[in-house]
Amino acid sequence: MTGKPLLSVQDLSVAFMQGGRTQTAVDRISFDIAKGETVALVGESGSGKSVSALSVLRLLPYPAASHPSGKILFQSDDLLAKNENELRRVRGNKITMIFQEPMTSLNPLHTIEQQIIEILKLHQGMGDKKARARTLDLLKEVGIRDPEKRLGAYPHQLSGGQRQRVMIAMALANEPELLIADEPTTALDVTVQAQILELLAELKARKGMSMLFITHDLGIVRKIADRVCVMTKGKIVEAGPTQEIFTNPQHEYTRHLLAAEPKGKPPQANPDAKTVMAGDDIKVWFPIKQGFFRKVVDHVKAVDGIDVTVRAGQTLGVVGESGSGKTTLGLALARMISSQGRINFDGRDINALSFNDMRPLRSELQIVFQDPYGSLSPRMSISEIIEEGLKIHEPKLSADERDRRVVDVLQEVGIDSETRFRYPHEFSGGQRQRIAIARAMVLKPRFVMLDEPTSALDMSVQAQVVDLLRSLQSKHDLAYLFISHDLKVVRALANDVIVMRNGKIVEAGPSRQIFEEPRSDYTRALISAAFRIETAPAGVVSE
Amino acid sequence: MSAADTVARPEKRPLLSQLNQRRWQNFKANRRGYWSLWIFLALFGLTLCSEFIANDRPILASYKGELLVPALIDYPEEKFGGFLAITDYRDPVIQDEIEANGWLIWPPIRYHYRSVNNEIPEAAPAKPSWMYSKEERCQRYPQGVDDENCTIGNWNWLGTDDQARDVLARVIYGFRVSVLFGLILTAGSAVIGVSAGAVQGYFGGLTDLIFQRFIEIWSAIPVLYLLLIIAAILPPGFFILLGIMLLFSWVSFVGIVRAEFLRARNFEYVNAARALGVPNRTIMFRHLLPNAMVATLTFLPFILNGSITTLTALDFLGFGLPPGSASLGELLKQGQRNLNAPWLGISGFVVISLMLSLLIFIGEATRDAFDPRKTFK
Repeated sequence: MTGKPLLSVQDLSVAFMQGGRTQTAVDRISFDIAKGETVALVGESGSGKSVSALSVLRLLPYPAASHPSGKILFQSDDLLAKNENELRRVRGNKITMIFQEPMTSLNPLHTIEQQIIEILKLHQGMGDKKARARTLDLLKEVGIRDPEKRLGAYPHQLSGGQRQRVMIAMALANEPELLIADEPTTALDVTVQAQILELLAELKARKGMSMLFITHDLGIVRKIADRVCVMTKGKIVEAGPTQEIFTNPQHEYTRHLLAAEPKGKPPQANPDAKTVMAGDDIKVWFPIKQGFFRKVVDHVKAVDGIDVTVRAGQTLGVVGESGSGKTTLGLALARMISSQGRINFDGRDINALSFNDMRPLRSELQIVFQDPYGSLSPRMSISEIIEEGLKIHEPKLSADERDRRVVDVLQEVGIDSETRFRYPHEFSGGQRQRIAIARAMVLKPRFVMLDEPTSALDMSVQAQVVDLLRSLQSKHDLAYLFISHDLKVVRALANDVIVMRNGKIVEAGPSRQIFEEPRSDYTRALISAAFRIETAPAGVVSE
Repeated sequence: MSAADTVARPEKRPLLSQLNQRRWQNFKANRRGYWSLWIFLALFGLTLCSEFIANDRPILASYKGELLVPALIDYPEEKFGGFLAITDYRDPVIQDEIEANGWLIWPPIRYHYRSVNNEIPEAAPAKPSWMYSKEERCQRYPQGVDDENCTIGNWNWLGTDDQARDVLARVIYGFRVSVLFGLILTAGSAVIGVSAGAVQGYFGGLTDLIFQRFIEIWSAIPVLYLLLIIAAILPPGFFILLGIMLLFSWVSFVGIVRAEFLRARNFEYVNAARALGVPNRTIMFRHLLPNAMVATLTFLPFILNGSITTLTALDFLGFGLPPGSASLGELLKQGQRNLNAPWLGISGFVVISLMLSLLIFIGEATRDAFDPRKTFK
């Protein structure tokens, strides 16, 4: 096998037919993967990296997709020339794949035992007993504790990280030669991401398999890949050993990617600035009801007695793993869900106000959501989306004045105001997040809750959004509550930070103190996972 | 208004949004559905003007220098020297009187769905006129072959039914009644069903629970028996029938609309609208309804078809429109009773199946149009 690559993609193109037009998504790319090697395809969303990976197993929506040129040689066989039956013997057997969304790639109606055994039976013709034993081995191998107890679990009973481990176990079931990992950690917390990457690297070394790793995050690439191919607009613009690419990038786009991490520091905080929002002993408890009379037996304490203070012109960062209650805290402060405790906004307790009484305050108290794809109504033009709030809070404005305000705010967030009659799907993720920010800003709020506004975005776009948020803050003296699991972004924006776990504050203080002298193990684990992609000792963070 | 403002609007929204343009393209790509739509619209448009196509009165008449529109206005017979309250224009005496003092223009078919043809050559039901020779066709007219009323305008193209009424005229009016009944019933049930489904899905919880149980009980009521009982109390009529059907047919929309609202009520853009302080009613209308409309619109043609079939079935059983109305179900019943007159059954069958097929084809194309994953070459 020496000298001959395991997988050789030569001159591959992918085109999509849409409404009679043909669009080229991937344009004549070539790369090789040797045995035991990890190759990373890096690029921003829309660069064609996932499409390239999917075409290796011919999983694209044919016949809408087609390959105008190219060969995919796997062990010297052209996969593109095989028929469906031959291909099925390769899929899930010699080449396997793990996907981005561990939530949706497992069948919710089957136990994990059933799902793994199915593969073993299908491809290896194992009997029930043998398959069960092998399943246990696999689960142990991917680091699921107490695998015997977990066999009968359904996917919703597992955490995101555990689900991804089960996916990996399924992918490994047939001892594949090549594992294709399509953004396997993007949907996970940074701490869990570090664990999964460590697991993948360890398994790869132990089994001697090759890996095609698709990601937009250069930090991960540096950690895991032997060689890197940088993709943009359907082309590979640079390829080479990881070290070389990182130390001596040739192509302009690679340099742009490398420079794209969220940087900078928040401006010096003024300790005497006016307090805009203060929460005192905030509690959000969800009752657990049992029995015929639905008696409340216990509570899920999503947020359990938290004090926060956000000052004008300053940012309070809220960090923690998923499930730590940070979004719930933000929603409670914005009065989107009911809570106990006092919420003092601008000198008055707003926690007692009804939905209708809150309405006049809504313009001063805005939210930017995580998912720029989900938070804009797909059937409204962006001009309609942005002016919706104006129609409610400033009903006296004439149509022309409203339009003027929309144009102004779009220019402020850096969107060409000529495009305001287009629909959200015509914009990229970063642009959509800018539009979502514009929707909040047009009402001239004083407090903005930012719920992971950057985590669905590409790395380079994250940096731009952070810059935008920072400039808007200094211009309008805004108070931000910034919720994120990504400490890189928090460090670039927050003056003060609170670290949450299981609804409680683990650590709170000025940003610099938290990042430079963290006191708790949990904070240290979050920091090392975010900045160095390193795992913490067992038990410090969830899996 | 400054000059800058006028420049700032270069991109006007087109009539159809891009999404709807794509849907229209998809609709057109289904050739069968596209042609069905045009054929159906043409037929429906024509039958809407039935009074000018098949009527026992002239469309226009000029009498002693006065222009009359008998098709639309009832003139007493006194006007023409008679004594009846409503003029019988098919009476040769009246025709002669008008023609002596002016002129008249007949519609292409000189029968209303109610008008009885007294000059049929044999006992009703009479065969289509083109199956008789000219002598046979004209034998009952006072002047036989030379009678000026024995013209093509007085032909019974599809024969007559057992009460000597023209089948073609009845079919034209029957088509109109069926489609209008279907359209009104569907629109009415869509409005009620969508609102009910929207409220249940959006508020969920107890509202949803109570409404759902109510709907379960409500839809367990046997509609046919209820119709029988009500027919015994109230005089049967178009709107009473419509009202009773409406009481029950809205239920079929609730399920899909409720599901769509349940799914979408926690979408981030809905939360975003709540955070803006948008009132519930506006959120339901502006943000959620468009989602639910896709499912509803796909469903609509099939409900429409169902309504028409129900009306036909009720008429067939004799519980539908009042006796004497133009009804396709009644035509089918006559066909069943008079097996010696196949033109009755065949006409009824062809018209009903043509109407239902056209609507189903349109429905199919609509479904294609709203299917986001459908790709056409």
